[in-house]
Amino acid sequence: MVEQILHSISQFYPEIIIVLTLCAIIIGDLFAKGNSNSAGLIMLDGLILAGIATLFQIGTNEAVFHEVLAVDPFAVFLKILVILAAVFVVLFSMNSSELKEYQSRTGEFYMLLSGMVLGMLLMVGATNLLLMYLVFEITSISSYVLVGFTKKSRRSSESSMKYIIFGAVSSGIMLYGLSLLIGVTGATDIFAVNAALNAGISQPVIFNLSVAMILVGLGFKIAVVPFHFWAPDIYEGATFSIAAILAVASKIAALGLLVRLFTVSFIDIGTMSESGVWQTIFTDDVPWDIVIGIMAALAMIVGNLTALMQDNIKRMLAYSSIAHAGYILMGVVIFSEQGVSSILVYTFIYLFMNLGAFYTAMLFSDSFHTESIEEYKGLGHRAPMEGIAMTIFLVSLTGLPPTGGFIAKLYIFGAAVSAGWIWLVAIAGITTVISLYYYIRVVRNMFLYNPDEGASRAKFNIRSKVMLGVLLVPTLLLGVYFTPLVEFAKQSIVIFGLK
Amino acid sequence: MELMITPWLAEPGLVHFLIVSALLLSLGLMAVLSRRNVIMVLMGVELILNSANINLIAFSRYTSLSLEGQMIALFVIIIAAAEAAVALAIVLNMYSRFNTVHLDEIDSLKG
Repeated sequence: MVEQILHSISQFYPEIIIVLTLCAIIIGDLFAKGNSNSAGLIMLDGLILAGIATLFQIGTNEAVFHEVLAVDPFAVFLKILVILAAVFVVLFSMNSSELKEYQSRTGEFYMLLSGMVLGMLLMVGATNLLLMYLVFEITSISSYVLVGFTKKSRRSSESSMKYIIFGAVSSGIMLYGLSLLIGVTGATDIFAVNAALNAGISQPVIFNLSVAMILVGLGFKIAVVPFHFWAPDIYEGATFSIAAILAVASKIAALGLLVRLFTVSFIDIGTMSESGVWQTIFTDDVPWDIVIGIMAALAMIVGNLTALMQDNIKRMLAYSSIAHAGYILMGVVIFSEQGVSSILVYTFIYLFMNLGAFYTAMLFSDSFHTESIEEYKGLGHRAPMEGIAMTIFLVSLTGLPPTGGFIAKLYIFGAAVSAGWIWLVAIAGITTVISLYYYIRVVRNMFLYNPDEGASRAKFNIRSKVMLGVLLVPTLLLGVYFTPLVEFAKQSIVIFGLK
Repeated sequence: MELMITPWLAEPGLVHFLIVSALLLSLGLMAVLSRRNVIMVLMGVELILNSANINLIAFSRYTSLSLEGQMIALFVIIIAAAEAAVALAIVLNMYSRFNTVHLDEIDSLKG
């Protein structure tokens, strides 16, 4: 017993480091009043240490704390992504002018951010239904407050209000679904749930109902249609850095949870075919793969078509992230080795290109005080470097070669074709073409119009240039040299035993 | 009719609790969807969470689930309290910006 717990603690260092960081930020905030960057620096150090501790976990495959949490290659891969995203977001926040007004409260900001990171680190490894719900709420509650952090702005307080109502309702519905699942299977552990389902339960209807309700909660966090209503409003009201972490890290973490729950608990591995056509247990009642396929298709269609009409860059990026959630969900529809590994490849590339787009938009908003795409006219001449960087990120989000976005889409489309989901790939292809229009519209406004008379070149500090470089290199490099990433992704999902 | 229902009600079993919880869930969802006042919406959310609690405790009493269900319910109560605290803080902040707690008057973000 004691040995088991002590051993578990030795596999729990990243999370422990984040908790200690959280405490250190609170205490540091007491002593360093007025120095606005100290809390951010503490958090950055903590994240780097946690990242190193996570790198030491590569290759381990264990269930710790009496099988409540898994430390396996899949979790480690996603943990690395979450920590990377958090590092970038802390750097964004330290550079952000939206937060300047709230300098005396930055301690709280970074404290809540560490709470959110802790929730997401646990979310990707949770193998117990109770822990899944708890980490879901830890992440959500921190992010409700973070969205409303700039509380003097009307937009921000409205968006946090909307976020907490949508979030609380969908997590409540998910909890109801979990309670039904726990009830019919008599287990809280996801392996035991699978065993109980395989042994047969008396009420398949309740099981299907509970899967639907769990999908509501997870769909909300991933922001897929029809649970996407919150995303544009919340991204617009939140600061750029918080919008970026919501669009990237919390989406990735919830996807990890979805993949783990479905592969371990719900899929009948016996029925899996070579090409990755899967069935849940009791599939006769509801074909869940088709339901998720329709959700993905709707997310692609609604996300891309609504993005065409947006003028605010944050709303445009929000709809684009809904569409990307649809593309990623295509990998969930195909639960083959190829499908799940292409989810990991996609999320890895998506992290850099989406954070890059949010960061350049933040730089523009800080220097030119505009979030409207119409007012981007001529900005490319006033800020050439940033304009080119924005162009590359948007081209990558569209999925054109030679950027990383192309490789991401190629892998996921390829997996879908080989599993025979032709209609889904057709929708994905058509919506990708549509998405080109609204991404390129930003580029056209930046470069094909002359700037206003007398408008001067904007100056950006060296820190922002370095940051852009750090985000640009992987976006471009992964477009031409992606074999290690694909190999790493394939090794990360061996544990699920997919074909 | 009365004669048939009375013995069924006399001995409460798992089904009775599940029906109560399903009713609570529906009432909660209705409050969320139809109420204009934020506080009322938040009370609807509490109903949803408590309906899940009733489920968990009933399963824990009547099936093989042992005490785990009751333990989960305790966690859920704590989470609900935390969520309510955060929600009320946000409502308070919103009230000082908009001078209203009616949801349909708060519509500066759309598109």
